[in-house]
Amino acid sequence: MAEPSIRTLRSPLGRVRGLGSAKGGTHHWWMQRVTSIALLPLTIWLVFSLARMPDSTWQEATAWIGRPFNAVLLLAFLAAAFHHAAYGLQEVIEDYVRGELTRIGALLAVKGLCLLLWLASTLAVLRIAV
Amino acid sequence: MSKITDAREAVMVGRRSDGTLVRRPLSPHLQAYDMLQMTSALSITHRITGTIWSIGLVFLVWWLCAAAAGESAFNAVQWVLGSFLGVLGLMAVTAAAWYHTLAGIRHLYWDSGRGFDLPTTYLTGRAVLIGTAALTALTWLIMLITWI
Repeated sequence: MAEPSIRTLRSPLGRVRGLGSAKGGTHHWWMQRVTSIALLPLTIWLVFSLARMPDSTWQEATAWIGRPFNAVLLLAFLAAAFHHAAYGLQEVIEDYVRGELTRIGALLAVKGLCLLLWLASTLAVLRIAV
Repeated sequence: MSKITDAREAVMVGRRSDGTLVRRPLSPHLQAYDMLQMTSALSITHRITGTIWSIGLVFLVWWLCAAAAGESAFNAVQWVLGSFLGVLGLMAVTAAAWYHTLAGIRHLYWDSGRGFDLPTTYLTGRAVLIGTAALTALTWLIMLITWI
């Protein structure tokens, strides 16, 4: 039996975990794909639904949002959309914003904004539907 | 670095990762590279439309929050979105959303390891452009038929 040799500076455990220097592995990339697949049917449904209600009154709009089927799909859309938007805008910022402080500031601002907008819209749907 | 006397020196201006200048050839870039190829143009458009769609989400949030707040707030949103600028903005967001959706399908197709050869790349690229135009037109046709 030959002696086990290490030809790389990375530890065997680190290679098995496969998380790389960012400690996240392929999580960011994979979640962007998963949310995009979820958003495909949801976007088609939402865009064509909204296209059919341009002149709706408040009563009609809230009745539509409040229907359980629509409310559930709206909540799913908002969750997937803001997750996807936050991750996507993160990539754009990481690629184009220079300077460590500006970049981290922009990332935190965008993530915080996405979180707040998601919470606000989700609360709105729940208030109408429940 | 000395003053550039030979025009070819213009493509020998590299930058180290810390931003300082170094004399080495640039990768195909700006003057030397055709920036208006369909492949690269569609690539950056995917990012731009993704950003526009993200901004468009703010209007959806506003619409939902106003609906939850009450009738007068909702009527205000409907008035803004139904105004000339509102309709123009919604048309832009619709086109951006459809482009990003179709280009996203193209990306998922690429993720499966297929469609990287040039003829297929141009074929799917044209399909995305034609699809965006068709779906945007269809969306607004539905909207106008309901509206009028």
